[in-house]
Amino acid sequence: MLNAEKRKTILLLIPVVLILVGYVLYPSIATIVESFKQKGVFSMENYNDFFGEKSAANFEALWNSVYISLLSVFFSALIGIPLAYIFNRYDFPGRQFFSNIAIMPIVLPSLVGVMAFMFLYGEAGLVPNAIKDLFNLSEVPFSIGGISGILLVHAYTMYPYFYMTTSSALNNIDPSLEEAAYNLGSSKFKVFWKVTFPLLTPGLVAASLLVFMVSMASFSAPFLLAGGFRVLSLQIYFSKINGDLEMAATQSVILSVVSISFLLFMRWYQSRKDYRMASKGIGAHRSEVNNPVLKGVMVTLGIVAMIVLLLPHATLLILSLVPEGAWTWQTYPTAFSLENFRLLFEDPNIWDPVRNSLIMTCLACIGVFIFGIITSYALVKRSFIGKNLLDILVMIPWALPATVVGMNLILAFNKPSPFSFGQILVGTFWILPLAYFVRFIPLVVRSTTAVLEQMDDSLEEAAQNLGAKWFYTFRRVVIPIIMPGVLSGTLLAFVQAVGEFPTSVLLYTLSNRPISIEIMNQLRMFNMGQAAAYGMIQVGLIAIVMFIAYRFFGVKSENTL
Amino acid sequence: MSTVNLSEITKQFGNVTAVKGLDLVIKEGEFFTFLGPSGCGKTTTLRMIAGFYFPTKGKVKFNERDMTSVSPEKRNTGMVFQNYALFPHMTVFENVAFGLKVRKINKTEVKRRVEDVLKKVRLEQFIDRQVSQLSGGQQQRVALARALVIEPDILLLDEPLSNLDARLRDEMRTEILRLQREYGITTIYVTHDQVEALTMSDRIAVFNLGECQQVGTPTEIYNKPVNDFVAEFIGETNLLPVEREKQEGEIFTFSSKDLEQTVHVAHTELNIADYNDTDDLYMSIRPEAVEISETPIQAENVFSGTVTLVQFTGESVHTFVKINESVTIKTTALNRGPSTYFKEGTQVYAYLPENHIRVIPEAKGDK
Repeated sequence: MLNAEKRKTILLLIPVVLILVGYVLYPSIATIVESFKQKGVFSMENYNDFFGEKSAANFEALWNSVYISLLSVFFSALIGIPLAYIFNRYDFPGRQFFSNIAIMPIVLPSLVGVMAFMFLYGEAGLVPNAIKDLFNLSEVPFSIGGISGILLVHAYTMYPYFYMTTSSALNNIDPSLEEAAYNLGSSKFKVFWKVTFPLLTPGLVAASLLVFMVSMASFSAPFLLAGGFRVLSLQIYFSKINGDLEMAATQSVILSVVSISFLLFMRWYQSRKDYRMASKGIGAHRSEVNNPVLKGVMVTLGIVAMIVLLLPHATLLILSLVPEGAWTWQTYPTAFSLENFRLLFEDPNIWDPVRNSLIMTCLACIGVFIFGIITSYALVKRSFIGKNLLDILVMIPWALPATVVGMNLILAFNKPSPFSFGQILVGTFWILPLAYFVRFIPLVVRSTTAVLEQMDDSLEEAAQNLGAKWFYTFRRVVIPIIMPGVLSGTLLAFVQAVGEFPTSVLLYTLSNRPISIEIMNQLRMFNMGQAAAYGMIQVGLIAIVMFIAYRFFGVKSENTL
Repeated sequence: MSTVNLSEITKQFGNVTAVKGLDLVIKEGEFFTFLGPSGCGKTTTLRMIAGFYFPTKGKVKFNERDMTSVSPEKRNTGMVFQNYALFPHMTVFENVAFGLKVRKINKTEVKRRVEDVLKKVRLEQFIDRQVSQLSGGQQQRVALARALVIEPDILLLDEPLSNLDARLRDEMRTEILRLQREYGITTIYVTHDQVEALTMSDRIAVFNLGECQQVGTPTEIYNKPVNDFVAEFIGETNLLPVEREKQEGEIFTFSSKDLEQTVHVAHTELNIADYNDTDDLYMSIRPEAVEISETPIQAENVFSGTVTLVQFTGESVHTFVKINESVTIKTTALNRGPSTYFKEGTQVYAYLPENHIRVIPEAKGDK
């Protein structure tokens, strides 16, 4: 029986399925197909080449990617977990302030963050050179680059995943559990290892896998810091630049397989272990630090951490004030002015990337906003056959590294296809907003789904019972209620799209180059000041949007992360 | 106002039959209750009347109109949900006005009617509050007001009091009944609470396992249950499996394998329910009908036993009398002061008056 409900479901699903098939599934398949072709003929040669002796570089890159990712997990955990424990379990002056600072790395777009690290700790960086001058050394005492650089950047940008999951897990632990253990005679040490830590493990495993996946996909850090060091995400880019699309496809497939298997492992693990708290109404409990020495140590630690965490932001701000030519061969910049920001409004060449970024990001955000609402609604509130399949399709762009998403789109739309209305999209303006859109679908769908699942079905039924038609109910009841979730997802999409580098670098054209690409160009011309100024603009845009979202829609930035 | 006519309603979810062949007529202006344990099909039936489910078989009629496949928004029923389903992003006024706005009623009229109904539920001073700022009982009344303001043909209440604490529940019972009488709306009330059902309803339908066991007024349901399920579900009772022995004039005798003596039951419609020869029979006697005394009673159906437990509830005293290893009879008497309480261990005689026993068949259906 095709009743009204089913008709509505089908009408809702048609656009969702079309978009997902056209822009997620079809491009992925295009990549897989391409990876099995050599000079247009079907063969396994590419895979033979990848694992064979012919190009040891590829296999080495895969291995490097994996072990960098493992080390990134280790270092991020090393910073994130203790920090979270200290900030959530001890009370000392400035605790609240420091814990707010602790998630600051997140507002730094990846490319900008890497750039700031280069300025700070690189070969010509401010910190090594300052030390050199201070102690009259003949050479810089240290500088980051290659693997150490990548690891440092990864640890800096990815420890918040650990910090945040540990914090929320700690706050969710019912204090009475630990009190029960003390009451039964356990020592402090034992309580931590036997009660607290096991309760943290599900969150920690999730964070580990997340960091692992993010560092497997990491592109900006190796791009700027790797030197001769090879990682897989970068190899894809080089293959593409060299015009070997078939090899790029093969590398993409292999990188995706690694990423997706980790994602599947994560899902399996999460479904297996569920330590949900049985009790409700949990109050935070922090022990106050009374020992003055310990108090001093903690505050100092907090201040040092704050300086280290904010140094990149500060460097960026200072360097953005350095006009062109004032910091080339000199150890330190020699002049400061607002020149870079002035040029922004006067030189159309410099303004263009900002405008491009804004337009393309807004287009993608409008897209994910609408698509996210419809898709989440269909997934949560409608029943139909193949729901799991649709769910997987939605999450694919999240599991795929950005570079792979870019490659997928190249291979799908470098020839006319029905999904691009018979046009070739590669090399046009539209390919980039499309890439951003595809990349950030999962963010909005996930945050919207979370809110929708909280919304009881009876609300819709109540509206219907009072005489409201479906669309009226959707407009007046459903959308207002889920708006916070949709907005926080869209906000996160905006933040990431503004700083998006890997897909941009694969797909940009001269006329639609976004800020990130221009940063790269300015760096190549050793115009550090302008690059930093662009970085500041990205940070500024993100800050403005976050502020507006918080102020007018009550969306908290932490909730989105 | 409408009558509701359900004929041969069956609802299946996959392999599970939630409601089986239900026939019911709910009269105009009646307060009708669906009573039953969870999973008995009462809410499913209500939702078929509201239009959220469509019956697999059978017909739903309001008056003479066939509503079987009419969508919910066109039925003009007012429903109060178990969790109230108030729109969290709207104020009290906006919640109540929702149904009126949908009906495209002009603004001044909307305002007048909302104020009117809020006065009736005594919430006029909360008109501009956000619903989250209200207490449970107040939210409940907003939900009622929202359902009443559209002047529905039928008011549907789905366990509306189950989220309230005991005292508030008492208060809201009276409140709902007052509003229902005032508006005179045909009302269908779903509950698993027998006290609510008995105190509020004009008629009750008792559900179990998707089937309606009995329809009747509260006194009929309590005093003349048609089977052991109804007897046990509504109120307290002592149930014993019995077999028919013989008839002596106006008295029937029954024997039980758990009792040495036979049980005598008056042959009236009140004391013996309809049954078939193949049915397993039970005798049921309400605790308040059993008389106990320390001195022997000269009558039929007197059993001697030991007091095993005395429970004091305030208004009444429950005394459990153990007749033998397998039979313990629960008795209830109003509290008449400490001197009347029995001590545990006392030998007593329990008298089951023959005109208070009811013999009933076992409920049909898969157990």
